[in-house]
Amino acid sequence: MKDLAWEAGVKAVEEAGISGKDIECIVFGNMSGGLFVGQEHVAALVADFLGLNSVPATRVEAACASGGAAFLQAYMAVASGMYDIVVAGGVEKMTDVGAGQATSILSGAMDYEWEAYFGATFPSVYALMARRYMHEHGLKPETLAKVAVKNHYHGSLNPLAHFRNRITEDEALSSPIVADPLRRYDCCPVSDGAACAILAPLEVARKYTDAPIRVRAVAQASDTLSLLGRGDLCTLRATVKAAGRAFEEANLGREEVDVVEVHDCFTIAELLALEDLGFCKKGEAWKLYDEGQTYVGGKLPVNTDGGLKAGGHAVGATGIKQVVEVVRQLRGEAENGRQVDGAEVGLTHNVGGTGATAVVAILSR
Amino acid sequence: MAFGIVGYGVYIPRWRIKIEEIAKVWGHDPDSYKKGLGVEEKAVPSMDEDATTIAVESARNALKRSKEVKPGEVGAIYVGSESHPYAVKPTAATVAEAIGLTPNITAADTEFACKAATAAMQACLGLTKGGYMKYGISIGADTAQSAPGDALEYTAAAGGAAYVIGGGEGVIAEVEGTHSYTQDVPDFWRRDGAQYPKHAGRFTGEPAYFEHVINCSRALFEKLGTSAKDYDYAVFHQPNAKFPLRAAKALGFDEEKVLPGLIVSKVGNTYSGSSLLGLAAVLDVAREGDRILMTSYGSGAGSDSFSFRVTGSVEQKRRLSPPVSYYVERREYIDYSTYARYQRLLKG
Amino acid sequence: MAVSSAGIPQHWRTIKERYRLLGAHCERCGSNYFPPRNVCPRCRRRGKMAQVEFSGKGKVYSYTVVNASSKAFEQYMPYVVALVELDEGPRVLSQIVDCKPEEVKIGMEVEACFRKIFEQEDGGIISYGFKFRPSDGSWACRETGQRSS
Repeated sequence: MKDLAWEAGVKAVEEAGISGKDIECIVFGNMSGGLFVGQEHVAALVADFLGLNSVPATRVEAACASGGAAFLQAYMAVASGMYDIVVAGGVEKMTDVGAGQATSILSGAMDYEWEAYFGATFPSVYALMARRYMHEHGLKPETLAKVAVKNHYHGSLNPLAHFRNRITEDEALSSPIVADPLRRYDCCPVSDGAACAILAPLEVARKYTDAPIRVRAVAQASDTLSLLGRGDLCTLRATVKAAGRAFEEANLGREEVDVVEVHDCFTIAELLALEDLGFCKKGEAWKLYDEGQTYVGGKLPVNTDGGLKAGGHAVGATGIKQVVEVVRQLRGEAENGRQVDGAEVGLTHNVGGTGATAVVAILSR
Repeated sequence: MAFGIVGYGVYIPRWRIKIEEIAKVWGHDPDSYKKGLGVEEKAVPSMDEDATTIAVESARNALKRSKEVKPGEVGAIYVGSESHPYAVKPTAATVAEAIGLTPNITAADTEFACKAATAAMQACLGLTKGGYMKYGISIGADTAQSAPGDALEYTAAAGGAAYVIGGGEGVIAEVEGTHSYTQDVPDFWRRDGAQYPKHAGRFTGEPAYFEHVINCSRALFEKLGTSAKDYDYAVFHQPNAKFPLRAAKALGFDEEKVLPGLIVSKVGNTYSGSSLLGLAAVLDVAREGDRILMTSYGSGAGSDSFSFRVTGSVEQKRRLSPPVSYYVERREYIDYSTYARYQRLLKG
Repeated sequence: MAVSSAGIPQHWRTIKERYRLLGAHCERCGSNYFPPRNVCPRCRRRGKMAQVEFSGKGKVYSYTVVNASSKAFEQYMPYVVALVELDEGPRVLSQIVDCKPEEVKIGMEVEACFRKIFEQEDGGIISYGFKFRPSDGSWACRETGQRSS
């Protein structure tokens, strides 16, 4: 875990052109170092191995939205004027444990006593959403498959992706069922990874780079921890709330967004996200997939790094990984074939659990 | 004031396996078992069912038939079983919690092979009639164990019945008298820690089942000055269909008085639930004034006999929860591989 | 985390709710909640919460068949996980038993039953609680029989 964090941290510091001694604060997202590798106190560990022992370092936990939540905390630390240069990072080392154990640990992001205790797994609760969505909006399994095919295509162009293989719709539709109607290709993998971004006031950032990316808004919202208290299973209210606040703060319209990183822990989650973020009407996300609009080159490129599905989902790192991808897109640095031409505005969307936490950030050149 | 049964409820799991299916696996002749035992199929519990869950379902059904009983008025709950899920930790406490009778209640698990729950019925009768409490509950529930390939495998089944015992106008079957008959007979046993019971084969008949069932019933007749002709129904412990019919004949009962309470051919031997499920099947059809003899049998060995007189309350109360016939007919057949999985015969 | 290593006190704390499907009822606005809450989210401080035992009758709101589970539930696979909408309003997450997975449908009427939820390994505790089974119309009486203390 410390090696992953160290690698991401060093790369970020080098790229930013800052030196370690400029860093004033570290905020790190991590869901469950304790259960995955027996290590709590993760932020101090990261600071130690980055050689920044005296810098305040704090871990932020919001399940799979730990990275996004860390980003908000880092943003606040800078925006408040308390610190000038803050590291927002995230790390998770998940593959040391077996699949069954990983399933158990991740189920801690749900309501333990009233969901996981009764046999619910993470895929199964998203399957409950998918089934209900099929019932209410007539979703076809083919649309879910299209989400996976597109993300694997984007992943194939990303050298850092967990999966770099392309798949066909038939392969997705004939993969083993994990939690009906979700199949293997509807589910993101268990990944190892880390990501870091360095935040600073714009005038400070300009001292180090000619191409700072502006954080136009970061908004976070919460909802019931379990699905029990949700009125509507086909929408994540936390996403709707966070998106509403973020767009208002950024003073931008949906149509101005050029590239989107959404939390596709399951294929159904990507469809819900595009609707809840306001990019299309409820029940109509399938149209974007039928028309191929979510590929690079389409009207709304989504998850240009392969998303969680192919890019990988190291849970605590994901929210920051999304920020890193959008920064690359806005700087025009994405690898050949997955660069969105002339991207000016990008959005990240990071979800914790089944939507109990959602963090939306809007970045621009 | 009359004392006896205030309410009763039963539960039988949904799954069944046919004798043929078991015989096929072991290369036995199914017809000889079917004829020899008079059993066609047996009830099998799901993997998430055990004596505790069966006891809870039975008790809930019994309380539906005991509307006048308020939680604070039930002073005792006993669960008789050969398959208590814990060697130490009472099934009865879990059941009491699940039916909302805690904490002011005494609870205990009883064990006397297949008659553990009729012994508890006598205890409830004594406690209520003696004025120590208004009501007591006795439950017989089992998920009977049998070694694969053993003759027991053809009959060892799952099911249960619960009885609310007390006095007053709500009594549906008054206990006119009860008698017990006990001797040390090693016909069937399971040592502590052993997975499956052992039995003495043919020895389980004459010196064990028949000796106790017949003599216990006769002793009760003597006590009450009755004989077989005074009874409209007779219910006996039913490890198979043959034993109870033979005991009935020896006691002077015609077959038609026994058949309404003889359900073993369709559900198998539910051990602690056996005679009590038979009694429930009779209460499902009995009329006011009918008299019922019930004699249980527990290996080791002993019998408890009861003489019941049915009251007018039975008609209205029995409609309040499902009859035995509902559970007998609610069935789905499984093959031996599914059975092996449900019974955890396969070690992964 | 891993269900099978749940602490005994944590397991014990929810026994009553799990055994009897106990929830909360706001005497001010009439709302029902499961799991129980101390404060009515609608009425907040003005609300008055009381314990309620739900009838256990409800309908399947959504469901899935689990083919990959955590270790504690492996022996039951494939099993049906559903959100059940109780007649009294709240939804609960539970398993549907006593039927084949392919028989489960959205809107299907179900009733609570009492089952083992899981068993701890190595002679640990057995957890019991509610699951649901298809309601059976063939038996006419639809009384709840639930008791409140």
